[in-house]
Amino acid sequence: MNSPSRRGSAVAGLALRTPYYVLTGGLAAIFLFPLVWAGLRSVSPQAGTAQVHGWGFGNYDTLTHYQAGIWQYVLNSAIVSVLTVIFTVATSLLGGYAFARFTFPGRNALFMLTLAILMVPYATLLIPLYVLLNRIGLDDSLLGLALVLTMFQLPFATFMMRISFEAIPIELEEAALVDGCGSFKALLWVLIPGVRPGLITVALFAFLAAWNDFITPLVLISDSNKLPLPVAIANLRAQVMGIIDYGATEAGVVVLALPCIVLFVLLQRQYVRGFMSGALKG
Amino acid sequence: MSIQAPTAPPAAPAASRLTKDGPRRRWQRALRRRRGLAGYAYAAPTAAFVAVFFVVPLVLVAQMSVSDWGLFAGDKGVNAPDNFTAAVDQRLFWPAVRFTVKYTVVTTVILIAMALLLALLVQESTRWTGFLRTAILVPSALGLASASLLFYALYSPDSGPFGAAAQKVGLTDQPVSFLGTPNHALWSTVALIVWRYAGFYMLLLLVALQGISADVYEAAELDGAGRWQRFGRITLPLIRPTLALCTILCVTGSLLAFDQFYILTKGGPDNSTLTIVQLIYNAAFQGGNDLGVAAALSIIVLAALLLINAGQFRWLRGKES
Repeated sequence: MNSPSRRGSAVAGLALRTPYYVLTGGLAAIFLFPLVWAGLRSVSPQAGTAQVHGWGFGNYDTLTHYQAGIWQYVLNSAIVSVLTVIFTVATSLLGGYAFARFTFPGRNALFMLTLAILMVPYATLLIPLYVLLNRIGLDDSLLGLALVLTMFQLPFATFMMRISFEAIPIELEEAALVDGCGSFKALLWVLIPGVRPGLITVALFAFLAAWNDFITPLVLISDSNKLPLPVAIANLRAQVMGIIDYGATEAGVVVLALPCIVLFVLLQRQYVRGFMSGALKG
Repeated sequence: MSIQAPTAPPAAPAASRLTKDGPRRRWQRALRRRRGLAGYAYAAPTAAFVAVFFVVPLVLVAQMSVSDWGLFAGDKGVNAPDNFTAAVDQRLFWPAVRFTVKYTVVTTVILIAMALLLALLVQESTRWTGFLRTAILVPSALGLASASLLFYALYSPDSGPFGAAAQKVGLTDQPVSFLGTPNHALWSTVALIVWRYAGFYMLLLLVALQGISADVYEAAELDGAGRWQRFGRITLPLIRPTLALCTILCVTGSLLAFDQFYILTKGGPDNSTLTIVQLIYNAAFQGGNDLGVAAALSIIVLAALLLINAGQFRWLRGKES
């Protein structure tokens, strides 16, 4: 490493690789630019917005005064996301356990039917779901929205939890059963710690899907005070006599994107893991 | 992790204490049945979700597609096959199909090529490529609607950076229009989709690339294979299953495109970027107010998607054998 010839070749290597660094550095800049731009633009002075002179949070102030106020929409989105995460985690935990560890008539049929949800377009299901939720009194309800979003999450979540349970050695569970645990106690005390990475992945993907979904609330929610954030921000664009407040839109994008980016940075490994098992699915 | 002390007498030793074969087998059968019942209990929430929110809606959409079903009027009885003829006879049906297919082909080709290029560029594991992967992957954390709103601002002649920059440099004295003509709108949307999804497909392809053993490349190098030969004869064939999966995912996603066009163009200019899912939404809620026609369109889309995916799977399997 310290010999002069080695250092010489390292310098030559660097010179050869300079185009590579320029090219890839440029690519990284292209991918990061829109995010950085939106963040800066939301606080920079801009004509036709609430932040005309100097830097500041005028655009965010606009958001707090928009219709029901941004906090109402953040709350709606948070409620829907938390409910979806709870339903998805609970259902897929029990379902994954059943598919991985129990044999019962109809098991494979139910598993295939769950995966078949992936084959059906959202739009095809949303038209009848709009009618169905009306009939069972869940129209215009955040609970109804969360239940539908959970159903859309089930193929990935159930698949993920099934392979997570199957990866745990069966002896571990048998030992617990011999020790007198029922299957539920075995699940609670022995198996959940083992499938925790899978559970985190399922929860992360359910949260992101529920937080970001656009067409489902667009179809199912008509009360403007119950809209989740993406639809509210999209509606906000054309509020003031058709003139678009870009500053408020950019601030809205920041509010929408920030939780996702923070989660992504914190849980990058889970993220990648989720993609990998997505790849296995094919 | 602690296991709770048994509350009931241990089951297994109790069974082994039995000397006769009959009761023991009966006990085992009972246990297996109990396991079966427990399995049902654990699968019950999944079954309930699938039944209520998937199977019932599928049956309902089939019924709606053959019924006179207004958005406000509700079910007015069977009228088959009026909804299907009305759906196909719409002025915008074939233009929407054509545009959706065109968009799907353009997006799939560009996105997969771009993702493969990126995967090849960040293949090695160094700190720099780690940073690159993260940078390229961050946009996939955003929702498609958020990304579309972001690009809506980015593309705007008033707020976006491109118009001002081009005017300053003197390239043009007119504001640059990213969404004003059908072609601009298409390519601007494709750019948004590439930005949002390239990292996702890059990651899938990266896994496939890293699954190829170094020995194979070494052997090829010893045999005198050049860089391009190695890529064409080794890399591509070995990652073909993943390439096929990426293609299927991308084709399916693009055929069902909605958010990006709803937010960026609303189907405009002059309905030139209207996709088939937007047509369903419009038939049901925007002016059409006819859930029957929307249901018929949904059934057509479902059938087309199943056919296309069956075709893709067959093509994939045929190539493998």
